[in-house]
Amino acid sequence: MANPIELLQRFGKNFAISEIHEQKADLTFFKVPKEQAVRLLRELRDDAGYTHLAFLTNIDWIEKGIFTLTYMLHNYDARHSLGMHVDLERDNAEMQSIHGLWAQAATYQRELREMYGIRFPGSPRLDEDFCLEGWDQIPPMRKEFDTAAFSLERFYSREGRGTEDPREHMKGLLYPTHTDEPSSGGQ
Amino acid sequence: MDTQKYALGPLLNEGLSAEDRDLFSDARPVPYEPYPVAVVEKFVNWVRANSLWLLAFGTGCGAVELNPLMTARFDAYRMGVQMRPTPRQSSVFIIGGYASVKTLKRIIRSYEQMQGPKFVVCLGICPINGGMYWDSYNTVNKFDEYLPVDLYITGCMPRPEVLMAGVLELKKKIMEGRADGANRYVENFDWYKANQKRVIKDWNMPDYNW
Amino acid sequence: MQDWPVRIGYFLINLTIVGLYGMLLSGIVARTLAKVQGRIGIPVYQPFIDLLKNLGKRTAVSHGAMFYLGPVFRLAGGIGTLAFVPVLYGSEMFSNFNSAGDLLLAMYFMFFGQLGMAIGAGESGHPFSAIGVARGLGQMTAYEVPFALAIIAIVVQYGSLSINDIVAAQQGGILNWTLFTNPLAVIAAMIAFLGMTGYSPFDVTMAPNEIPIGPPTEYHSSYLAMMTMNRAVFAGAKLILFMDLFFGGATNLVELVIKTWAIYMVAVVVGAAFPRFRVDQSIRFFLRYPTLIGIAAIGYTQAVLLP
Repeated sequence: MANPIELLQRFGKNFAISEIHEQKADLTFFKVPKEQAVRLLRELRDDAGYTHLAFLTNIDWIEKGIFTLTYMLHNYDARHSLGMHVDLERDNAEMQSIHGLWAQAATYQRELREMYGIRFPGSPRLDEDFCLEGWDQIPPMRKEFDTAAFSLERFYSREGRGTEDPREHMKGLLYPTHTDEPSSGGQ
Repeated sequence: MDTQKYALGPLLNEGLSAEDRDLFSDARPVPYEPYPVAVVEKFVNWVRANSLWLLAFGTGCGAVELNPLMTARFDAYRMGVQMRPTPRQSSVFIIGGYASVKTLKRIIRSYEQMQGPKFVVCLGICPINGGMYWDSYNTVNKFDEYLPVDLYITGCMPRPEVLMAGVLELKKKIMEGRADGANRYVENFDWYKANQKRVIKDWNMPDYNW
Repeated sequence: MQDWPVRIGYFLINLTIVGLYGMLLSGIVARTLAKVQGRIGIPVYQPFIDLLKNLGKRTAVSHGAMFYLGPVFRLAGGIGTLAFVPVLYGSEMFSNFNSAGDLLLAMYFMFFGQLGMAIGAGESGHPFSAIGVARGLGQMTAYEVPFALAIIAIVVQYGSLSINDIVAAQQGGILNWTLFTNPLAVIAAMIAFLGMTGYSPFDVTMAPNEIPIGPPTEYHSSYLAMMTMNRAVFAGAKLILFMDLFFGGATNLVELVIKTWAIYMVAVVVGAAFPRFRVDQSIRFFLRYPTLIGIAAIGYTQAVLLP
């Protein structure tokens, strides 16, 4: 099994792979453009031994105006994981479906459709409710969605709810006489 | 009891399609009065308190605290507690932690299928005020707006010992005849239904699941 | 021949005693199993409390006429089985309605209750009920085979279809019991008995973890109470039938309690020790060795006992 960096460099002849980042010995991230992503996934699965799709998730960069899809692949022989980032436009986000490569991806895509509003044309049962039933707001995991305000408006809050800083609270409970300043007299 | 108050006409079942509407009952639930003889009612309450059948429906993370309850270490069987897998036969509904809107729909269905007298025990802080999920888009914060609660057991998570103490407390309440959540539900039926329908947007079941 | 009212009165006394005994037995067994698992377990009177609780429920939902009739048929099956089984040998009060062919009637009633239950549970419309009924009937058909073969063997052996005659032939010493005169038939029948009681390995009908509790999924309140009562009566009747046929019957209540308890414990001990069979496994099991043993029992009776 080739070194994953070498592997990515080999694939880099045909694909615009960028931002290769070795997170750990068994985990490497890289980025490809949206148009090449599915083609590269197929080659990784069929030629490079990355046969397992561990998960498919999304990161919302609201400041940059992009979504970053993350495809996590795993190679059982090499015991190595590859994380593939794909940037999408945040508005009207749309991505090619990969349910033909991994059937279970359809479920992830359903979830992403529901939580972020990313469309995956052709993915089975894409528009059915997944976790939310009868959702009537913007997709809740998008960062412009204010969950606290929504929760107050929809579910109300019970009175008498307080917050404590855990550190200060436990310190007061466990060491009532202790102060953080060094004592002047010395021990 | 004031019978005029409940003669409000049949339920509309607007969530159902026209052909399905014939398949479901549109009768309103009615409140239950205690046996006329006080001694009998007292005896029956004692019997109810000593035969608590829990609905084995884990509605949240707290459900993991239910399983040790039946093991050799805690052995709730000796207090007359049993797990029943079907709502028809159980009398106690334990809300194990947070209730999401999707689960709430199933909780309501199961609760309404249980046969009275039935009791609801809320486990953990989440059904009380949302707990650590208070600002979540999908967790109901005040559970008692949707179903009548007979007993709260707070904590995150409560240990099985606390749950056992809760069972004993529930027994005490039942024996004193104070656990009348099912009647409260019926008496304030419209209020509960309005609250339920306010959060459950795709109401596609009958208004009361007989 | 006595007056009918008196005999019916005696039968009601029998029914009460057997019903109470059956309930108590289930409490004792639950407690025993709890001890095996290192727990304290339920109080022995817990089944009575549960029964009263179910009777004291305030509401009951019906799913149609057959839904009502299911538990009624089932209870009729339990009472019918008991009605034709003499509880104590030589006692007028505990002889029930035994007559020349009562063994056939008792066997018929054992089947009848299950069929009634199947129809009633089907009416409830719950899919788990239907699955449970299908499994239960399949398994019952399988264990009826060794049981019927064992019955045929002892009917041939004693030359009578009357349970009273069979008990009478076993009197006069422990070696006269069918257990010692025709052990093959007893082995076949006792394996069938394991299937009848519904403890594991043959509890796939109720299967608490996969098809919640099988046929009675939709039954509640007083229906469930009725079925609990039937369970008690039916268990008692079955135990007494087995005791009469294979273990020499009983001449007094103490002997009855000891013998039936011992027979029941066979099923309990096996149940505590073995995991559950799937339905195809259990059918295959019953149709293999127990059936062969049953056939061998008939051959043994014909070749060895009769000449």
